[in-house]
Amino acid sequence: MRLRAAKVFLSFLFLLIFGGSVLCGSVAMAQTPATAQTDRIAALEKRADENAAAIAAAQTAGDNGWMLVSAALVLMMSGPGLALFYGGLVRKKNILGTMMQTFAMMAVITVLWGLLTYSLAFSSGNAFIGGLHNVFLHGVGLAPDKAYAGTIPLQTFMIYQMMFAIITPALITGAFAERMKFSAMLVFMVLWSIFIYSPMAHMVWGQGGFLNATGRFPCLDFAGGTVVHVTSGVSALVTAIYLGKRIGYPKVPMPPHSVVLSFIGACMLWVGWFGFNAGSALSAGTLATSAFVATQFGAAAAVIGWTAVEWIRQGKPSALGAISGAVAGLVAITPAAGFVSPMSALWIGLIAGAFCFTMVAKVKSWFGYDDSLDAFGVHGAGGTLGALLTGIFANSAINPIFGPGKATGLFEGNWRQLFHQAFGVGLAWTISIVGTLIILFVVDKTMGLRVSEEDERVGLDLSQHGEEGYDWAH
Amino acid sequence: MQKIEAVIQPSKLDAVKDALVEIGVEGMTITEARGHGRQKGHTEFYRGREYSVDLLPKVKLELVVKDEMLDRAITAITTAARTGTIGDGKIFVSRIDEAIRIRNDERGEVAL
Repeated sequence: MRLRAAKVFLSFLFLLIFGGSVLCGSVAMAQTPATAQTDRIAALEKRADENAAAIAAAQTAGDNGWMLVSAALVLMMSGPGLALFYGGLVRKKNILGTMMQTFAMMAVITVLWGLLTYSLAFSSGNAFIGGLHNVFLHGVGLAPDKAYAGTIPLQTFMIYQMMFAIITPALITGAFAERMKFSAMLVFMVLWSIFIYSPMAHMVWGQGGFLNATGRFPCLDFAGGTVVHVTSGVSALVTAIYLGKRIGYPKVPMPPHSVVLSFIGACMLWVGWFGFNAGSALSAGTLATSAFVATQFGAAAAVIGWTAVEWIRQGKPSALGAISGAVAGLVAITPAAGFVSPMSALWIGLIAGAFCFTMVAKVKSWFGYDDSLDAFGVHGAGGTLGALLTGIFANSAINPIFGPGKATGLFEGNWRQLFHQAFGVGLAWTISIVGTLIILFVVDKTMGLRVSEEDERVGLDLSQHGEEGYDWAH
Repeated sequence: MQKIEAVIQPSKLDAVKDALVEIGVEGMTITEARGHGRQKGHTEFYRGREYSVDLLPKVKLELVVKDEMLDRAITAITTAARTGTIGDGKIFVSRIDEAIRIRNDERGEVAL
Protein backbone atom coordinates (compact mmCIF):
# COMPACT_ATOMS: atom_id res chain seq x y z
CA MET A 1 0.00 0.00 0.00
CA ARG A 2 2.75 2.36 1.03
CA LEU A 3 4.77 1.44 -2.05
CA ARG A 4 1.99 2.32 -4.39
CA ALA A 5 1.47 5.67 -2.66
CA ALA A 6 5.18 6.40 -3.07
CA LYS A 7 5.01 5.58 -6.80
CA VAL A 8 2.05 7.87 -7.30
CA PHE A 9 3.84 10.62 -5.42
CA LEU A 10 7.02 10.26 -7.46
CA SER A 11 5.07 10.25 -10.73
CA PHE A 12 3.31 13.39 -9.69
CA LEU A 13 6.61 15.03 -8.78
CA PHE A 14 8.11 14.08 -12.14
CA LEU A 15 5.13 15.46 -14.03
CA LEU A 16 5.33 18.66 -12.04
CA ILE A 17 9.03 19.21 -12.79
CA PHE A 18 8.81 18.22 -16.44
CA GLY A 19 5.61 20.11 -17.11
CA GLY A 20 6.84 23.13 -15.26
CA SER A 21 10.06 23.35 -17.25
CA VAL A 22 8.22 22.97 -20.57
CA LEU A 23 5.76 25.63 -19.59
CA CYS A 24 8.51 28.02 -18.48
CA GLY A 25 10.35 27.37 -21.73
CA SER A 26 7.36 28.16 -23.83
CA VAL A 27 6.72 31.29 -21.85
CA ALA A 28 10.30 32.33 -22.43
CA MET A 29 9.98 31.56 -26.15
CA ALA A 30 6.88 33.63 -26.26
CA GLN A 31 8.83 36.81 -25.45
CA THR A 32 9.30 39.36 -28.20
CA PRO A 33 11.94 38.02 -30.72
CA ALA A 34 13.97 41.27 -31.00
CA THR A 35 14.75 41.49 -27.30
CA ALA A 36 15.79 37.85 -27.21
CA GLN A 37 18.27 38.30 -30.05
CA THR A 38 19.90 41.35 -28.47
CA ASP A 39 20.23 39.53 -25.20
CA ARG A 40 21.76 36.52 -26.86
CA ILE A 41 24.32 38.63 -28.74
CA ALA A 42 25.21 40.42 -25.53
CA ALA A 43 25.63 37.08 -23.78
CA LEU A 44 27.84 35.78 -26.60
CA GLU A 45 29.97 38.92 -26.55
CA LYS A 46 30.36 38.64 -22.82
CA ARG A 47 31.41 35.02 -23.16
CA ALA A 48 33.94 35.93 -25.90
CA ASP A 49 35.43 38.61 -23.66
CA GLU A 50 35.66 36.15 -20.81
CA ASN A 51 37.35 33.60 -23.08
CA ALA A 52 39.91 36.12 -24.31
CA ALA A 53 40.66 37.13 -20.75
CA ALA A 54 41.00 33.47 -19.76
CA ILE A 55 43.38 32.79 -22.67
CA ALA A 56 45.46 35.83 -21.80
CA ALA A 57 45.55 34.77 -18.17
CA ALA A 58 46.61 31.24 -19.15
CA GLN A 59 49.35 32.61 -21.40
CA THR A 60 50.57 34.89 -18.67
CA ALA A 61 50.55 32.01 -16.21
CA GLY A 62 52.44 29.74 -18.62
CA ASP A 63 54.98 32.37 -19.62
CA ASN A 64 55.42 33.53 -16.05
CA GLY A 65 55.93 29.98 -14.84
CA TRP A 66 58.68 29.35 -17.37
CA MET A 67 60.34 32.68 -16.69
CA LEU A 68 60.43 32.14 -12.94
CA VAL A 69 61.94 28.69 -13.48
CA SER A 70 64.43 30.20 -15.94
CA ALA A 71 65.43 32.85 -13.42
CA ALA A 72 66.11 30.15 -10.83
CA LEU A 73 68.08 28.13 -13.41
CA VAL A 74 70.29 31.12 -14.18
CA LEU A 75 70.94 31.67 -10.48
CA MET A 76 71.91 28.00 -10.23
CA MET A 77 74.57 28.73 -12.84
CA SER A 78 76.23 31.10 -10.37
CA GLY A 79 75.52 29.45 -7.03
CA PRO A 80 76.61 25.88 -7.34
CA GLY A 81 77.53 25.96 -11.05
CA LEU A 82 80.22 28.58 -11.50
CA ALA A 83 81.37 28.37 -7.88
CA LEU A 84 82.11 24.64 -8.21
CA PHE A 85 83.56 25.02 -11.71
CA TYR A 86 85.99 27.73 -10.64
CA GLY A 87 86.48 26.24 -7.16
CA GLY A 88 87.80 22.98 -8.55
CA LEU A 89 90.18 24.75 -10.94
CA VAL A 90 92.15 26.63 -8.27
CA ARG A 91 94.64 25.21 -5.79
CA LYS A 92 93.07 23.82 -2.65
CA LYS A 93 94.17 26.71 -0.44
CA ASN A 94 91.98 29.02 -2.53
CA ILE A 95 88.75 27.09 -2.98
CA LEU A 96 86.65 28.96 -0.43
CA GLY A 97 88.03 32.33 -1.49
CA THR A 98 87.10 31.55 -5.08
CA MET A 99 83.63 30.23 -4.27
CA MET A 100 83.02 33.16 -1.94
CA GLN A 101 83.66 35.64 -4.75
CA THR A 102 80.78 34.20 -6.77
CA PHE A 103 78.54 33.87 -3.73
CA ALA A 104 79.21 37.48 -2.75
CA MET A 105 77.98 38.56 -6.18
CA MET A 106 74.69 36.75 -5.50
CA ALA A 107 74.15 38.98 -2.48
CA VAL A 108 75.75 42.28 -3.45
CA ILE A 109 74.52 42.54 -7.04
CA THR A 110 70.98 41.57 -5.99
CA VAL A 111 70.79 44.52 -3.62
CA LEU A 112 72.52 46.87 -6.05
CA TRP A 113 70.14 45.80 -8.85
CA GLY A 114 67.11 46.67 -6.76
CA LEU A 115 68.53 49.98 -5.61
CA LEU A 116 70.07 51.28 -8.81
CA THR A 117 71.35 49.13 -11.64
CA TYR A 118 68.04 47.72 -12.89
CA SER A 119 66.95 51.28 -13.48
CA LEU A 120 70.21 52.19 -15.23
CA ALA A 121 69.84 49.19 -17.51
CA PHE A 122 66.15 49.10 -18.32
CA SER A 123 64.32 52.32 -17.51
CA SER A 124 63.99 54.79 -20.34
CA GLY A 125 66.94 57.10 -20.75
CA ASN A 126 69.17 57.95 -23.67
CA ALA A 127 70.68 55.54 -26.22
CA PHE A 128 73.57 54.63 -23.94
CA ILE A 129 72.19 54.37 -20.43
CA GLY A 130 68.81 54.18 -18.74
CA GLY A 131 67.43 56.73 -16.34
CA LEU A 132 66.58 56.79 -12.68
CA HIS A 133 62.83 56.21 -13.05
CA ASN A 134 63.00 52.74 -11.51
CA VAL A 135 65.49 53.28 -8.67
CA PHE A 136 64.52 51.33 -5.55
CA LEU A 137 62.30 49.35 -7.97
CA HIS A 138 59.87 52.25 -8.07
CA GLY A 139 57.18 51.40 -10.62
CA VAL A 140 58.34 47.82 -11.05
CA GLY A 141 55.10 46.06 -10.23
CA LEU A 142 53.16 42.97 -11.16
CA ALA A 143 51.62 44.34 -14.35
CA PRO A 144 53.41 43.49 -17.60
CA ASP A 145 55.37 46.17 -19.43
CA LYS A 146 54.71 45.97 -23.16
CA ALA A 147 58.15 47.42 -23.96
CA TYR A 148 59.92 44.33 -22.57
CA ALA A 149 57.58 41.38 -22.18
CA GLY A 150 53.87 41.75 -22.68
CA THR A 151 52.79 38.58 -20.97
CA ILE A 152 54.77 38.44 -17.76
CA PRO A 153 54.80 40.71 -14.71
CA LEU A 154 57.50 43.37 -14.93
CA GLN A 155 58.87 42.05 -11.63
CA THR A 156 59.47 38.68 -13.27
CA PHE A 157 61.40 40.40 -16.05
CA MET A 158 63.36 42.37 -13.44
CA ILE A 159 64.33 39.32 -11.37
CA TYR A 160 65.24 37.32 -14.50
CA GLN A 161 67.55 40.07 -15.74
CA MET A 162 69.02 40.33 -12.25
CA MET A 163 70.39 36.80 -12.55
CA PHE A 164 72.37 37.87 -15.63
CA ALA A 165 73.70 40.88 -13.75
CA ILE A 166 74.91 38.49 -11.01
CA ILE A 167 76.69 35.90 -13.12
CA THR A 168 78.43 38.39 -15.42
CA PRO A 169 80.81 39.92 -12.83
CA ALA A 170 81.16 36.48 -11.23
CA LEU A 171 82.65 35.23 -14.52
CA ILE A 172 85.43 37.84 -14.26
CA THR A 173 86.62 36.37 -10.95
CA GLY A 174 88.16 33.49 -12.90
CA ALA A 175 90.83 35.78 -14.34
CA PHE A 176 92.15 37.18 -11.08
CA ALA A 177 91.62 34.03 -9.02
CA GLU A 178 94.08 33.33 -6.20
CA ARG A 179 95.45 36.87 -5.80
CA MET A 180 92.84 39.63 -5.32
CA LYS A 181 91.75 41.11 -2.01
CA PHE A 182 88.16 40.28 -1.15
CA SER A 183 87.38 43.85 -0.10
CA ALA A 184 88.85 45.30 -3.30
CA MET A 185 86.96 42.71 -5.33
CA LEU A 186 83.64 43.86 -3.82
CA VAL A 187 84.26 47.54 -4.59
CA PHE A 188 85.55 46.73 -8.07
CA MET A 189 82.46 44.66 -8.88
CA VAL A 190 79.99 47.26 -7.65
CA LEU A 191 81.64 49.93 -9.80
CA TRP A 192 81.93 47.54 -12.75
CA SER A 193 78.26 46.67 -12.52
CA ILE A 194 77.24 50.33 -12.49
CA PHE A 195 79.60 51.66 -15.15
CA ILE A 196 80.04 48.75 -17.55
CA TYR A 197 77.29 46.15 -17.19
CA SER A 198 74.36 48.54 -16.91
CA PRO A 199 75.19 50.68 -19.96
CA MET A 200 75.94 47.59 -22.07
CA ALA A 201 72.67 45.93 -21.04
CA HIS A 202 70.80 49.16 -21.83
CA MET A 203 72.46 49.61 -25.21
CA VAL A 204 71.70 46.05 -26.35
CA TRP A 205 68.44 45.19 -24.61
CA GLY A 206 67.08 48.44 -23.21
CA GLN A 207 64.27 50.42 -24.80
CA GLY A 208 65.81 52.84 -27.29
CA GLY A 209 69.26 51.32 -26.80
CA PHE A 210 72.02 52.19 -29.26
CA LEU A 211 72.69 48.57 -30.25
CA ASN A 212 69.13 47.33 -29.78
CA ALA A 213 67.62 45.39 -32.70
CA THR A 214 65.45 48.44 -33.32
CA GLY A 215 68.31 50.88 -32.70
CA ARG A 216 70.85 52.68 -34.87
CA PHE A 217 73.21 49.68 -35.07
CA PRO A 218 71.04 46.60 -34.70
CA CYS A 219 73.29 44.14 -32.89
CA LEU A 220 71.77 40.70 -32.43
CA ASP A 221 72.42 39.38 -28.95
CA PHE A 222 69.76 36.91 -27.91
CA ALA A 223 70.94 35.95 -24.44
CA GLY A 224 74.04 37.98 -23.72
CA GLY A 225 77.00 37.19 -25.96
CA THR A 226 78.01 40.83 -26.02
CA VAL A 227 76.44 42.01 -22.79
CA VAL A 228 77.57 39.08 -20.64
CA HIS A 229 80.46 37.20 -22.19
CA VAL A 230 82.39 39.84 -24.13
CA THR A 231 82.20 42.43 -21.36
CA SER A 232 83.15 39.95 -18.62
CA GLY A 233 85.79 38.17 -20.70
CA VAL A 234 87.55 41.31 -21.88
CA SER A 235 87.38 42.94 -18.45
CA ALA A 236 88.82 39.70 -17.09
CA LEU A 237 91.79 39.95 -19.42
CA VAL A 238 92.39 43.58 -18.48
CA THR A 239 92.21 42.73 -14.77
CA ALA A 240 94.56 39.76 -15.12
CA ILE A 241 97.14 41.91 -16.90
CA TYR A 242 96.75 44.88 -14.53
CA LEU A 243 97.06 42.67 -11.43
CA GLY A 244 100.04 40.74 -12.74
CA LYS A 245 100.81 37.06 -12.56
CA ARG A 246 100.42 34.86 -9.51
CA ILE A 247 103.62 34.27 -7.57
CA GLY A 248 105.55 31.53 -9.33
CA TYR A 249 103.47 31.58 -12.53
CA PRO A 250 104.25 29.95 -14.93
CA LYS A 251 107.17 28.06 -13.36
CA VAL A 252 105.41 26.64 -10.30
CA PRO A 253 102.85 23.99 -11.26
CA MET A 254 99.31 25.18 -10.53
CA PRO A 255 97.08 22.37 -11.75
CA PRO A 256 93.38 22.25 -10.73
CA HIS A 257 93.02 20.70 -7.27
CA SER A 258 89.77 18.89 -8.10
CA VAL A 259 88.61 18.33 -11.64
CA VAL A 260 85.70 16.43 -10.07
CA LEU A 261 84.26 19.61 -8.53
CA SER A 262 84.76 21.44 -11.81
CA PHE A 263 83.00 18.62 -13.61
CA ILE A 264 79.92 18.87 -11.38
CA GLY A 265 79.95 22.65 -11.72
CA ALA A 266 80.18 22.49 -15.50
CA CYS A 267 77.25 20.07 -15.68
CA MET A 268 75.19 22.49 -13.61
CA LEU A 269 76.22 25.33 -15.89
CA TRP A 270 75.04 23.35 -18.90
CA VAL A 271 71.63 22.65 -17.34
CA GLY A 272 71.27 26.20 -16.05
CA TRP A 273 72.10 27.56 -19.49
CA PHE A 274 68.67 26.50 -20.73
CA GLY A 275 67.24 29.13 -18.42
CA PHE A 276 69.83 31.56 -19.71
CA ASN A 277 69.17 31.00 -23.42
CA ALA A 278 65.66 29.57 -23.74
CA GLY A 279 64.47 31.92 -21.00
CA SER A 280 65.67 34.85 -23.10
CA ALA A 281 62.64 34.27 -25.33
CA LEU A 282 60.81 35.93 -22.39
CA SER A 283 57.89 33.56 -22.99
CA ALA A 284 57.20 29.86 -23.09
CA GLY A 285 56.46 29.76 -26.81
CA THR A 286 58.12 28.33 -29.90
CA LEU A 287 61.08 30.72 -29.75
CA ALA A 288 61.99 29.28 -26.34
CA THR A 289 61.96 25.80 -27.87
CA SER A 290 64.16 26.93 -30.74
CA ALA A 291 66.68 28.51 -28.39
CA PHE A 292 66.61 25.45 -26.13
CA VAL A 293 67.38 23.14 -29.06
CA ALA A 294 70.14 25.39 -30.42
CA THR A 295 71.72 25.54 -26.96
CA GLN A 296 71.93 21.77 -26.67
CA PHE A 297 73.41 21.31 -30.14
CA GLY A 298 75.88 24.15 -29.66
CA ALA A 299 77.19 22.77 -26.37
CA ALA A 300 77.43 19.19 -27.58
CA ALA A 301 79.26 20.11 -30.78
CA ALA A 302 81.72 22.25 -28.84
CA VAL A 303 82.60 19.32 -26.58
CA ILE A 304 83.50 17.41 -29.72
CA GLY A 305 85.36 20.39 -31.23
CA TRP A 306 87.53 21.02 -28.16
CA THR A 307 88.13 17.33 -27.44
CA ALA A 308 89.05 16.52 -31.04
CA VAL A 309 91.74 19.19 -31.23
CA GLU A 310 93.03 18.28 -27.78
CA TRP A 311 93.13 14.58 -28.64
CA ILE A 312 95.13 15.28 -31.77
CA ARG A 313 97.56 17.66 -30.06
CA GLN A 314 98.03 16.12 -26.60
CA GLY A 315 97.22 12.52 -27.41
CA LYS A 316 94.39 12.19 -24.89
CA PRO A 317 90.82 13.52 -24.57
CA SER A 318 90.71 14.99 -21.05
CA ALA A 319 87.66 15.43 -18.84
CA LEU A 320 88.66 19.03 -18.14
CA GLY A 321 88.87 19.57 -21.90
CA ALA A 322 85.40 18.14 -22.47
CA ILE A 323 83.74 20.34 -19.85
CA SER A 324 85.69 23.41 -20.94
CA GLY A 325 84.51 22.73 -24.48
CA ALA A 326 80.91 22.57 -23.29
CA VAL A 327 81.19 25.95 -21.59
CA ALA A 328 82.88 27.44 -24.68
CA GLY A 329 80.05 26.16 -26.88
CA LEU A 330 77.40 27.47 -24.52
CA VAL A 331 79.09 30.86 -24.53
CA ALA A 332 79.28 30.99 -28.32
CA ILE A 333 75.68 29.89 -28.88
CA THR A 334 74.35 32.41 -26.36
CA PRO A 335 74.03 35.40 -28.71
CA ALA A 336 72.79 33.17 -31.53
CA ALA A 337 70.40 30.91 -29.61
CA GLY A 338 67.15 32.57 -30.69
CA PHE A 339 68.21 33.24 -34.27
CA VAL A 340 69.70 30.05 -35.68
CA SER A 341 68.61 26.58 -36.78
CA PRO A 342 69.80 23.47 -34.93
CA MET A 343 72.31 22.66 -37.68
CA SER A 344 73.76 26.18 -37.60
CA ALA A 345 74.08 25.78 -33.84
CA LEU A 346 76.07 22.63 -34.48
CA TRP A 347 78.57 24.54 -36.63
CA ILE A 348 78.84 27.40 -34.14
CA GLY A 349 79.59 24.94 -31.34
CA LEU A 350 82.13 22.97 -33.32
CA ILE A 351 84.05 26.09 -34.35
CA ALA A 352 83.88 27.55 -30.84
CA GLY A 353 85.24 24.38 -29.22
CA ALA A 354 88.30 24.25 -31.47
CA PHE A 355 88.84 28.03 -31.31
CA CYS A 356 88.63 28.34 -27.52
CA PHE A 357 91.00 25.40 -27.01
CA THR A 358 93.55 27.19 -29.16
CA MET A 359 93.04 30.44 -27.24
CA VAL A 360 93.50 28.72 -23.89
CA ALA A 361 96.25 26.25 -24.73
CA LYS A 362 98.34 28.26 -27.20
CA VAL A 363 97.52 31.97 -27.39
CA LYS A 364 97.64 32.48 -23.62
CA SER A 365 101.17 31.13 -23.36
CA TRP A 366 102.31 33.12 -26.42
CA PHE A 367 101.28 36.38 -24.75
CA GLY A 368 102.18 35.19 -21.25
CA TYR A 369 99.28 36.74 -19.29
CA ASP A 370 98.01 34.89 -16.25
CA ASP A 371 94.26 34.51 -16.85
CA SER A 372 94.07 32.00 -13.98
CA LEU A 373 90.94 30.11 -14.98
CA ASP A 374 90.69 31.25 -18.62
CA ALA A 375 87.82 33.68 -18.20
CA PHE A 376 89.03 35.51 -21.29
CA GLY A 377 89.99 32.41 -23.28
CA VAL A 378 86.52 30.94 -22.87
CA HIS A 379 84.13 33.87 -22.34
CA GLY A 380 85.88 36.76 -24.06
CA ALA A 381 87.05 34.77 -27.05
CA GLY A 382 83.97 32.52 -27.23
CA GLY A 383 81.61 35.48 -26.81
CA THR A 384 83.31 37.49 -29.55
CA LEU A 385 83.29 34.51 -31.90
CA GLY A 386 79.65 33.73 -31.11
CA ALA A 387 78.54 37.32 -31.71
CA LEU A 388 80.23 37.34 -35.13
CA LEU A 389 78.88 33.92 -36.07
CA THR A 390 75.40 35.13 -35.10
CA GLY A 391 75.69 37.71 -37.85
CA ILE A 392 76.54 34.96 -40.28
CA PHE A 393 74.07 32.23 -39.32
CA ALA A 394 71.03 34.26 -38.13
CA ASN A 395 67.95 33.14 -40.01
CA SER A 396 64.65 34.99 -40.46
CA ALA A 397 62.79 31.69 -40.60
CA ILE A 398 63.75 31.12 -36.96
CA ASN A 399 63.23 34.67 -35.77
CA PRO A 400 62.02 37.38 -38.16
CA ILE A 401 63.34 40.10 -35.90
CA PHE A 402 63.63 42.69 -38.69
CA GLY A 403 60.14 41.91 -39.99
CA PRO A 404 58.59 38.97 -41.86
CA GLY A 405 60.66 37.87 -44.87
CA LYS A 406 63.49 40.35 -44.23
CA ALA A 407 66.95 38.83 -44.37
CA THR A 408 68.67 38.55 -41.00
CA GLY A 409 72.15 37.05 -41.30
CA LEU A 410 74.94 36.97 -43.87
CA PHE A 411 73.90 33.60 -45.29
CA GLU A 412 70.51 35.10 -46.06
CA GLY A 413 72.20 37.95 -47.89
CA ASN A 414 72.22 40.57 -45.13
CA TRP A 415 75.98 41.21 -45.09
CA ARG A 416 75.44 44.40 -43.11
CA GLN A 417 74.53 42.31 -40.08
CA LEU A 418 78.07 41.01 -39.78
CA PHE A 419 79.28 44.59 -39.75
CA HIS A 420 76.73 45.49 -37.08
CA GLN A 421 77.78 42.52 -34.98
CA ALA A 422 81.44 43.49 -35.30
CA PHE A 423 80.57 47.07 -34.37
CA GLY A 424 78.66 45.92 -31.29
CA VAL A 425 81.49 43.64 -30.21
CA GLY A 426 84.06 46.38 -30.86
CA LEU A 427 82.09 48.82 -28.72
CA ALA A 428 81.80 46.21 -25.95
CA TRP A 429 85.58 45.63 -26.09
CA THR A 430 86.27 49.36 -25.95
CA ILE A 431 83.94 50.06 -23.04
CA SER A 432 85.27 47.03 -21.16
CA ILE A 433 88.93 47.91 -21.65
CA VAL A 434 88.68 51.62 -20.88
CA GLY A 435 86.10 51.29 -18.11
CA THR A 436 87.82 48.42 -16.35
CA LEU A 437 91.20 50.15 -16.47
CA ILE A 438 89.76 53.29 -14.87
CA ILE A 439 87.96 51.31 -12.15
CA LEU A 440 91.06 49.20 -11.45
CA PHE A 441 93.21 52.30 -11.20
CA VAL A 442 90.83 54.02 -8.77
CA VAL A 443 90.44 50.97 -6.53
CA ASP A 444 94.17 50.22 -6.64
CA LYS A 445 95.12 53.74 -5.59
CA THR A 446 92.53 53.96 -2.81
CA MET A 447 92.58 50.53 -1.18
CA GLY A 448 94.96 48.29 -3.13
CA LEU A 449 93.88 45.40 -5.33
CA ARG A 450 96.20 42.57 -4.58
CA VAL A 451 96.76 40.57 -1.42
CA SER A 452 100.21 40.71 0.19
CA GLU A 453 102.82 38.22 -0.96
CA GLU A 454 102.53 36.32 2.30
CA ASP A 455 98.74 36.18 2.07
CA GLU A 456 98.98 34.87 -1.46
CA ARG A 457 101.34 32.10 -0.40
CA VAL A 458 99.06 31.14 2.49
CA GLY A 459 96.04 31.18 0.20
CA LEU A 460 92.85 33.22 0.09
CA ASP A 461 90.89 30.84 2.32
CA LEU A 462 92.97 31.56 5.39
CA SER A 463 94.21 35.06 4.59
CA GLN A 464 90.87 36.54 3.46
CA HIS A 465 88.29 34.48 5.31
CA GLY A 466 90.06 32.79 8.22
CA GLU A 467 88.92 29.30 7.33
CA GLU A 468 89.98 26.32 5.26
CA GLY A 469 88.10 24.33 2.67
CA TYR A 470 89.82 21.10 3.59
CA ASP A 471 90.95 20.46 7.12
CA TRP A 472 93.17 17.41 6.85
CA ALA A 473 93.88 17.15 10.57
CA HIS A 474 90.28 16.35 11.59
CA MET B 1 111.85 -12.04 12.54
CA GLN B 2 112.02 -9.98 9.38
CA LYS B 3 110.22 -6.82 8.38
CA ILE B 4 109.07 -6.50 4.79
CA GLU B 5 108.26 -3.04 3.45
CA ALA B 6 106.74 -3.25 0.01
CA VAL B 7 105.84 -0.19 -2.06
CA ILE B 8 103.41 -1.29 -4.76
CA GLN B 9 100.89 0.02 -7.27
CA PRO B 10 97.57 0.82 -5.54
CA SER B 11 95.71 -1.29 -8.08
CA LYS B 12 97.67 -4.38 -7.00
CA LEU B 13 96.86 -4.11 -3.30
CA ASP B 14 94.01 -6.63 -3.24
CA ALA B 15 95.96 -9.24 -5.19
CA VAL B 16 99.00 -8.88 -2.91
CA LYS B 17 96.88 -9.04 0.23
CA ASP B 18 95.14 -12.22 -0.96
CA ALA B 19 98.46 -13.85 -1.87
CA LEU B 20 99.92 -13.09 1.56
CA VAL B 21 96.87 -14.36 3.45
CA GLU B 22 97.03 -17.54 1.36
CA ILE B 23 100.57 -18.38 2.52
CA GLY B 24 99.62 -17.77 6.15
CA VAL B 25 100.60 -14.17 6.84
CA GLU B 26 98.31 -12.90 9.59
CA GLY B 27 98.99 -9.22 10.07
CA MET B 28 99.99 -6.29 7.92
CA THR B 29 99.84 -2.48 7.92
CA ILE B 30 98.92 -0.54 4.80
CA THR B 31 99.61 3.13 4.17
CA GLU B 32 98.68 5.34 1.25
CA ALA B 33 101.94 6.78 -0.01
CA ARG B 34 103.40 8.92 -2.78
CA GLY B 35 106.77 8.54 -4.37
CA HIS B 36 108.84 7.77 -7.40
CA GLY B 37 111.68 5.57 -8.44
CA ARG B 38 114.03 5.91 -11.36
CA GLN B 39 111.36 6.79 -13.94
CA LYS B 40 110.45 10.10 -12.18
CA GLY B 41 106.67 10.18 -12.69
CA HIS B 42 104.73 11.30 -15.72
CA THR B 43 103.23 14.39 -17.34
CA GLU B 44 99.63 15.57 -17.16
CA PHE B 45 97.85 18.11 -19.37
CA TYR B 46 95.35 20.67 -18.11
CA ARG B 47 93.88 22.83 -20.89
CA GLY B 48 97.01 22.29 -22.96
CA ARG B 49 99.41 23.20 -20.14
CA GLU B 50 101.87 20.46 -19.24
CA TYR B 51 102.59 19.55 -15.61
CA SER B 52 105.13 16.95 -14.58
CA VAL B 53 103.93 14.81 -11.71
CA ASP B 54 106.89 13.11 -10.05
CA LEU B 55 105.23 11.92 -6.85
CA LEU B 56 102.88 9.17 -7.91
CA PRO B 57 100.26 7.51 -5.73
CA LYS B 58 101.52 4.24 -4.22
CA VAL B 59 100.57 1.88 -1.42
CA LYS B 60 103.06 0.82 1.23
CA LEU B 61 102.66 -2.55 2.96
CA GLU B 62 104.50 -3.32 6.15
CA LEU B 63 104.54 -6.79 7.63
CA VAL B 64 106.74 -8.70 10.03
CA VAL B 65 107.16 -12.43 9.39
CA LYS B 66 109.03 -15.37 10.88
CA ASP B 67 112.44 -15.93 9.27
CA GLU B 68 111.36 -19.13 7.53
CA MET B 69 108.41 -17.40 5.91
CA LEU B 70 110.43 -14.53 4.39
CA ASP B 71 111.15 -16.07 0.98
CA ARG B 72 107.59 -17.25 0.47
CA ALA B 73 106.23 -13.82 1.42
CA ILE B 74 108.59 -12.06 -0.99
CA THR B 75 107.63 -14.44 -3.78
CA ALA B 76 103.92 -13.89 -3.04
CA ILE B 77 104.33 -10.11 -3.23
CA THR B 78 106.47 -10.02 -6.36
CA THR B 79 104.21 -12.46 -8.18
CA ALA B 80 100.99 -10.67 -7.27
CA ALA B 81 102.25 -7.09 -7.71
CA ARG B 82 104.15 -7.51 -10.95
CA THR B 83 102.77 -5.95 -14.15
CA GLY B 84 106.16 -5.88 -15.85
CA THR B 85 106.02 -2.14 -16.48
CA ILE B 86 107.87 0.78 -14.91
CA GLY B 87 106.56 1.77 -11.47
CA ASP B 88 105.73 -1.69 -10.09
CA GLY B 89 107.47 -0.81 -6.83
CA LYS B 90 110.16 -2.04 -4.43
CA ILE B 91 110.55 -4.39 -1.48
CA PHE B 92 112.84 -3.67 1.44
CA VAL B 93 113.71 -6.26 4.08
CA SER B 94 115.15 -5.55 7.52
CA ARG B 95 115.76 -7.53 10.72
CA ILE B 96 113.42 -7.06 13.67
CA ASP B 97 114.81 -7.46 17.18
CA GLU B 98 111.65 -7.67 19.15
CA ALA B 99 107.85 -7.80 18.80
CA ILE B 100 105.46 -7.20 21.69
CA ARG B 101 101.71 -7.78 21.76
CA ILE B 102 100.27 -4.88 23.73
CA ARG B 103 97.22 -6.83 24.99
CA ASN B 104 99.13 -9.46 26.98
CA ASP B 105 102.83 -8.58 26.81
CA GLU B 106 103.68 -11.64 24.71
CA ARG B 107 107.10 -11.27 23.14
CA GLY B 108 108.92 -12.61 20.12
CA GLU B 109 107.46 -14.66 17.27
CA VAL B 110 104.35 -15.62 19.27
CA ALA B 111 103.41 -11.95 19.28
CA LEU B 112 103.23 -11.80 15.47
